[in-house]
Amino acid sequence: MAYDKFNELTSTAVPLPIENVDTDQIIPARFLKATKREGFGDNLFRDWRYNADNTPKQDFVLNNPVYTGKILVGGTNFGSGSSREHAAWAIYDYGFRCVVSSFFADIFKNNAINMGILPVQVSPEFLAKIFSSIEADPKNQFTVSLPDQTITILSTGEKETFNINGYKKHNLLNGFDDIDYLQAMKEDIAGFAKTHAI
Amino acid sequence: MSNKPTTLFDKVWDAHVVRRIEDGPDVFFIDRHFIHEVTSPVAFLGLESRGIKVMFPEHTFATADHNTPTVNQHLPVADPLSANQLKALEQNSAKYGISHWGLGNPKNGIVHVVGPENGITLPGMTIVCGDSHTSTHGAFGAIAFGIGTSEVEMVLSSQCIMQPKPLKMRINVTGSLGKAVTPKDVTLYIISQLTTAGATGYFVEYAGEVFEKMSMEGRMTVCNMSIEMGARGGMIAPDETTFAYINGRELAPKGEAWDKALAYWKTLKTDEGATFDKEYNFNAADIEPMITYGTNPGMGMGISKSIPKGADLKGGAATYDKSLNYMGFHEQDQMIGKKVDYVFIGSCTNGRIEDFRAFASIVKGRKKADHVTAWVVPGSHIVESQIKEEGILDILTEAGFALRQPGCSACLAMNDDKVPAGKYAVSTSNRNFEGRQGPGSRTMLASPLVAAAAAITGYVTDPRDLM
Repeated sequence: MAYDKFNELTSTAVPLPIENVDTDQIIPARFLKATKREGFGDNLFRDWRYNADNTPKQDFVLNNPVYTGKILVGGTNFGSGSSREHAAWAIYDYGFRCVVSSFFADIFKNNAINMGILPVQVSPEFLAKIFSSIEADPKNQFTVSLPDQTITILSTGEKETFNINGYKKHNLLNGFDDIDYLQAMKEDIAGFAKTHAI
Repeated sequence: MSNKPTTLFDKVWDAHVVRRIEDGPDVFFIDRHFIHEVTSPVAFLGLESRGIKVMFPEHTFATADHNTPTVNQHLPVADPLSANQLKALEQNSAKYGISHWGLGNPKNGIVHVVGPENGITLPGMTIVCGDSHTSTHGAFGAIAFGIGTSEVEMVLSSQCIMQPKPLKMRINVTGSLGKAVTPKDVTLYIISQLTTAGATGYFVEYAGEVFEKMSMEGRMTVCNMSIEMGARGGMIAPDETTFAYINGRELAPKGEAWDKALAYWKTLKTDEGATFDKEYNFNAADIEPMITYGTNPGMGMGISKSIPKGADLKGGAATYDKSLNYMGFHEQDQMIGKKVDYVFIGSCTNGRIEDFRAFASIVKGRKKADHVTAWVVPGSHIVESQIKEEGILDILTEAGFALRQPGCSACLAMNDDKVPAGKYAVSTSNRNFEGRQGPGSRTMLASPLVAAAAAITGYVTDPRDLM
């Protein structure tokens, strides 16, 4: 599935200072029954966001109108657990384009990039600064620059760089995806398959 | 080939690299691809929208498991959304010529149970599936890991994914396991030591006496849980135990092909002197039957101990209170004696014949506690048949347990097998996340022996007291 290009994003951010946010929290299994990739945002963080009778839980951050934006900021080890790409779809469908944490689970990180969401891994200290900045004023903005590989707290000017491999960066900047790449090298793959026993 | 000592992981990985991209991932060839009803429909939609075909349909195998009922499988599936997913899997498989083991097929079962038991999973292979517990197949000396739906589409369309090579970790467990200490306890112990993110970025090789002596079922349990400490996968070098398990299985190589494969498989081990990015050593004598007390698989403890203090935890201290609050437990509580409402034995972690033998060894001649609801769910129809043939069903029936039909069931509670809010379940599955077994459910992960002891007494009980 080809996706939006990602270049630079300036936005307020939604704080979720919880560690080990697993993909069962991001999207519980009972909402994985669709055969299309639509509407998952409604069930993002379903059981933290809604009571059993479907009324919103007032103390959950997504139900607090003070917090808005295209950047989701989570505690360390974000996205652990299941490989369900639905977790990335739900985050995207809700409107986020970037997730910031001090550590990501592997499969979630891959799934996010494959969906066109930029996972930005920062140091624990910088993550704490981002949380403090949002706490001080939820209107504070952050700039994520993919070409520069930096994230900046605009209110203070503090900045940190993040890693992403050159191949994925190129893809995100241009809206290319892996399937385009693989389709273009199918002859090589067919050749490999011929000599590869098993 | 250089003579540099090489790890098992490197040998298998490097044999599957079609292209190395500078400052990017490897284009990685996949030998076996499993699909199921939940994570494949959107991948097929992607193929259709691009107008591309499945490149090697004979290397993909479909089974229905995540979203299937575990009773009355001969009837139409009641939930229209689940029925729709099952139908999509069947139609997509038929359209692209993929072998499909749907509901009612004698080979149907949980993907990570049926792959090995039918001889699809073999040493030295690369195996992926849109399910994180694909790591199970590493028990055979394969590189096996879970992928997202975009990657399912990549494998269908090109038999490759784009994957950076992970770092390498070796976990050695030496010595002999004590009474009632099972492979599940070994893995819960390791995860409790490494934490739920301790192996993220790594691929694990399990080595040492404990794994050498372990059955294939046990090795699958251990490799299955590798993802619960963040590792993409875990593997164990194939040996005589592996070869004996595979020999004669329906889709395993036969005759000359077997001899050729076996000669190759025997080369699949880590050479003396090969190095790892990280290495851990544990002693089997330190492991006792385990149980989890929190809301991630790293929050496990020896069953005879008390819940550790938050301040003593290596990771997750910040969410410790949230976890315990969710579970309704307190710091320093004893786990033994906690009331249990539900018991689940099954899943890709502990849904194989050996697990039901262990469960039966405790419930034999005893009765299920009246207040416990027990779900006994075989991993496949083949396991179900073994349970019947070996007389385990009679033992279960006499003790007040009913055998259900195969599927993922209460492990992720996509079907009707849901633990109600606030209730406590001792579960042989792999995740104790909030709401994993149903909204508000409280899960304690444990071995089949601990599950059996809980089902009989109705409380968390040390299985050694019943042996």
